[in-house]
Parts: sequence; C-alpha cells; structure tokens
Amino acid sequence: MMEIKNIHAKIGENEILKGLNLTLEKGKVHAIMGPNGAGKSTLSKAVVGHYDVEVTGGEILYKGKNILEMAPEERALEGIFLSFQNPVEVPGVNNAYFLRTAFNAKERREGKPETNAAQFLKLMRMHIERLGMKPDMISRNLNEGFSGGEKKRNEILQMEVLQPDVILLDEIDSGLDIDALKAVSEGINRMKNGERTFLVITHYSRILDYIDPDYVHVLQEGRIVKTGGPELVKLLEAEGYQAIAGDA
Amino acid sequence: MAQTEVDKLLSKDYELGFTVDVEEDTVPPGLNEDVIRFISAKKNEPDWMTELRIKALHKWEKMEEPHWAHLHYTPIDYQAISYFSAPKRAPNSLDEVNPEILKAYEKLGIPLEEQKMLQGIAVDAVFDSVSVKTTYSETLKELGIIFCSISEAMRDHAELVKEYMFSVVPMTDNYYAALNAAVFTDGTFVYIPKGVRCPMELSTYFRINAQNTGQFERTLIIADEGSYVSYNEGCSAPQRDENQLHAAVVELIAKKDAEIKYSTIQNWYPGDSKGEGGIYNFVTKRGICEGENSKISWTQVETGSSITWKYPSCILKGDYSVGEFYSVAVTSRAQQADTGTKMIHIGKHTRSTIVSKGISAMHGQNSYRGLVKIGPDAEGARNFSQCDSLLIGGECGAHTFPYLESQEAMAQIEHEATTSKISDEQLFYLRQRGISEEDAVSMIVHGFCKEVFAQLPMEFAVEAKELLNLTLEGSVG
Repeated sequence: MMEIKNIHAKIGENEILKGLNLTLEKGKVHAIMGPNGAGKSTLSKAVVGHYDVEVTGGEILYKGKNILEMAPEERALEGIFLSFQNPVEVPGVNNAYFLRTAFNAKERREGKPETNAAQFLKLMRMHIERLGMKPDMISRNLNEGFSGGEKKRNEILQMEVLQPDVILLDEIDSGLDIDALKAVSEGINRMKNGERTFLVITHYSRILDYIDPDYVHVLQEGRIVKTGGPELVKLLEAEGYQAIAGDA
Repeated sequence: MAQTEVDKLLSKDYELGFTVDVEEDTVPPGLNEDVIRFISAKKNEPDWMTELRIKALHKWEKMEEPHWAHLHYTPIDYQAISYFSAPKRAPNSLDEVNPEILKAYEKLGIPLEEQKMLQGIAVDAVFDSVSVKTTYSETLKELGIIFCSISEAMRDHAELVKEYMFSVVPMTDNYYAALNAAVFTDGTFVYIPKGVRCPMELSTYFRINAQNTGQFERTLIIADEGSYVSYNEGCSAPQRDENQLHAAVVELIAKKDAEIKYSTIQNWYPGDSKGEGGIYNFVTKRGICEGENSKISWTQVETGSSITWKYPSCILKGDYSVGEFYSVAVTSRAQQADTGTKMIHIGKHTRSTIVSKGISAMHGQNSYRGLVKIGPDAEGARNFSQCDSLLIGGECGAHTFPYLESQEAMAQIEHEATTSKISDEQLFYLRQRGISEEDAVSMIVHGFCKEVFAQLPMEFAVEAKELLNLTLEGSVG
C-alpha cells in the first residue's frame, strides 16, 4: 500500500529521520510507538508534505508514485489523510463550508458531480450525531474555540466524511477523556474495511486497547528498531523503550 | 514551506488592465481659469456653475496638500495633469455607443446589455468623464426619481443642485475636495422623492481611460423624507504607466426617516509590484443624516489603487439617526491605503457602527483611521467600532489610528481591534484536506471579511469575492 524507503529528514538543522524503512500493508492497522523526540510526528509530516520537514533522502512509494514529489493537496486527493496532533483554529471559516469544499475537491477528482449544500448537511449531520458531537459543529468556525476533545472529534469527523485510503493518526488519543477516546476509537473502527490502511502514532498503549493493531513498530532515534504484533505493546509496557532498544 | 511560502505569491498581471482605442477630446495638461472655462463650456454649463468652479480654483491655489496620512508617494505635479477628456460624440442610444467601449465593459464583466436585460439595474456608465449611457430612466421617471449625470442635473434640476451641492462637503473642505470642485467633469445625481422606495439598485461604473487624465467625479444623492435608495459604485481602470490622480467627491443627504445605502467596489489599477503606475485615489465621501430617524450606510470593498485616501463619513444630525461604515480594504504588492471613517454625533440617541477589515499582503501597507466624535447635545449617543487586520506574509503592515472625542459624558463607545496572520499552519491544514493553496487563502480571507460582504447587495458581493481573489492571487505559494 505504501512503502517508505530509507527516509532521511531534517527539521531545521537537525536530522530527525535517519534512514527509516516501513511498509504499510493494505487493510492493516500499524501502530508506531516510541519515546519523545524519536521522530514519530516527523514521519507523519514527511508523508503528508508538511513544510516543517525537509526530506533529504529516500522515497515514499504509493500507488506507483513517489509522493515526495507531490504537493500536499495532491497527496490528500490521492487519499492520504492526517489527523493532526494540534488542529489549528481558522477563524471565520465555517466548519461545514470548509468540509464541503474539501469533500467536493475529492469528488471532482474522482469525476463525480458536486454535492450540494443540502445533501452535504444531511451527510454531515449523520456523522456528527454518530460521533456524539454537538449539532452546532455545523455552524461554528473551523476549530475556533473548540476544546481539545472537540478538536480531535472534528478530525475524526473529517476522516469519516472524506473517506481516505491511508489514515495517519498523530496522537489522536492525547488529551481525551474516556468518553471521547471511545467515540474516537469507534470512528476509527468504523473506517476499517479491509482496504484502508492506518498508521497510528501514539505515546501510550491505551488507544491500542480499542483499535487492535495488526502491527506494532518501535521508532527510536529516527529508525524503526523493532516490528512485531500486538504482543509487543505488552512487552513495551513491561520493560520500556530502553530494553527494546538494547534488544535491537 | 516556511513563512516564506506565505510570502511568495503576488505578481499576477492586473486582469482588467487594457486600453481601448477611442478618440479623445482632451485639454492640454495644466490648471488655470482658461482650463476651467473650457471644461465648463464643453459641458454647456450654466454661468453660475462656471463661477463656482473658478471660485474653487482660487481657493484651492491657496491650500496646502495634506501629508498627515500614513502614505508615501512621489509628489504630484498638478500642472502636468490634463483635466478633461471625453469621447467626442455623446451617443443617444446603446447602438451608437462605440463598440470598443462596449467591449471594454464586457471585459470587465459588466456588459450594459446584459445588465439592462437581466439585472434590473439602472446603469449610469461613466467612460472617462462623460456619461455614455443611462438606462432605465423611464421607469425611474414614473416614480419621480431623478437619476442622471450631474451635468444634466445642473441644467434640468438647477435648484436642487444649487441647494445641495457643497452643502455636505464644502468647496474648501480639503485640498482634494477643492480641486474636485474646480475641475469635476461628471458624475451622478440622484433624487428620491418623499416616501418613494427606489425599486432597483442604482449603479454606476467608472472607468479611467485617457492617458494622463485625472478623473474627478462628483456624486450627489438626496433622499427626501421617508425614502430609500441603494446605490452601487464600482470602479476599474486599464493598465497604465504613469500615476493617475483620482479625486472624487460624494455627498449624501438623508432627510427625516430616509435611508441611503451606498456600496463601493474600488478596483482602480493598483500599480506593479513596485507601486509604479497605479492610481492615486484621494476621495472625499460624506453623508448627512439631516432628519430624525434617518440612516446612511457606507459599505466599501477597496482592492485597487496604489494609494487610497478615503474616509466615508456620517454627520448624524437628526435625533435617532444611524450611521454605518463597513469596509474591506486590501493592499497587496506595493499598495498603500489610509482609510476609515468619521462618525460625527450631533443629534440625541444617534448610533453608529464601524466594522473595518484591513488585509495586507506582499508589501502592502494598510491603515485604519477613524474618528468618533460625540457632540455636547448628543445625549444617549452610541458607537461600536471593530477594526481587524489580517496579514499575509511578513513584508506587509497594518496600522490602526482610532480617534475619539466625546463631549457627552453618558455616551457609550466601544472599540475592539485585532491583528492576525494567515499562518502556514492554517494553509497547510486546509491543503491537507485536498483544498488547493489559492482556494485555501481565499477561504481564510473570505472568512475574515464575512461581516462586511454580508452588507453588500448580492451581485456586488459575488463581484467583491472575485476581486478579492484576483487581488490576492499570488500572495502566497
């Protein structure tokens, strides 16, 4: 589905990713765990083409193309979605209008007719209700004045509406109370269809109790140092990253 | 993409920049009594008008050009400007209009024909100084509404012109107003009789066309007791090498229970990325709410000109009268704008609202300058002001100069101001959802301007959005 090959990447002068290799399989849930500063967020930013990250070597192959050569919006239209760790506030831009614009950009790309405002609102209301969000999410401005939990749910809302193929979740569980964590996890689980690929970046194992990863990768000092199944989560919990690194 | 990414984009050619080839009847550059007499004679003006112009000229000669605005430009040589240019033959019907002119309008997206048939808008189109065509005058005539060029009004409605011209903006109000009084070439006159609600948007499009020709429009709108009118003014100018001076004057008079809504889209040529060749726009716009319960509302979208100096104002004389000012001013490339309003509260329980949105991109400099003045008898007066600035990139500037003078202790005055920046993070967020960079910028900017656009008549709002996109095209990337 996606092949990340020997990626080297810098933020400013610091090399963060140092020859990272990772293959994401179609229909699977990959979890990335690792200590602070290991390069987890940098990896997700490199995949979506974030301006902070300068990729200095390697390639990311997806649908037969090296996506590193594509603009961020192109990558998005090819079905790559990032749920941001800290979604930015965009004052004055209506949430529903924003999401319909994104939705129609995708529909256009796929040669489908645009969805009108009424049809779209119906779709959006259905998702909002299912996620346990307040109805005013339609009329409020994008992330403006949202609580931490509302922002994360809004990311999941966007994911469910846009139906992407590759989903990167950057610390989707941080700052969530247990109800929000459940709602977010349910949203993610609804998206699993045997075709979509997930890359779940997390510090903690708790979200992995809800979304059952197929693979767990340990990222340390800019490289994947260990790959295993869900059992690796338990091992990490018991022994910490240090032990794993020594193991590698 | 660092902040530089946001800084990159601003150099798309001005799409409305073109010149059509029309024979002009132009006086040689310079300003003196002979030129004034020439203009007046050309327009078959009554003697009283000629004398007023000459009086204004002599007053102007003794006045000093103001320099208090936050603007920088090379001094204007007023003797190097030609003060009159008009198409040689004034046509009587659309068929007689020079096809070149019609083509120019079409390029601007405002074909007269289409407007006539589809929009239900009466158009008094000004092509370089002289009215080319007035439509819908018949329908308006039935209601007793006068909508004509100011030259016609001087001949056919002399009493009204004599009574009201210079009554709101006196001849010597300021340097540019005095200049305009001396040399104004044409403009629009509107009179709405008592109790009449004007059934259509009245609209005028101005164009500067002749090289080296100053444009000095003069507009006078009188809304008699209990009447209503919505007037739209839109501008656009062809590309040009030399700076052109535009010093217009607009006077509005609202009688008891009358309402005037005045909307402007200003899109004069902004100049190149160094500011070369753009229009200098020094405008005096003022309205008086003369009677009780009257209302004047100014809405402006200023996207053009290299220099904008403009403060549409309201004198709230009648008790319970209302003044409003909604503004979006965009400065991109090397554009500079010093714009705002004056709300002068004289009557009791007068209210005013000011919403100003300044957008700066590339090297644009945007200043809000506003005065709220509450007189000693303006018991119960209220003002609310909100001035927001949006910066796109790091080379531009936003400045706010609010002035407040209150002689009434109980007056309520609120002022809010914010400055924000389109951040790379916002742009990236929208792009990550598949929205193109230009659409993302326009989405953020429109969000910022929402309250002002909501005040514009529908078709005008659409045009304003497009203009905004055009102006900001290339301001990021």
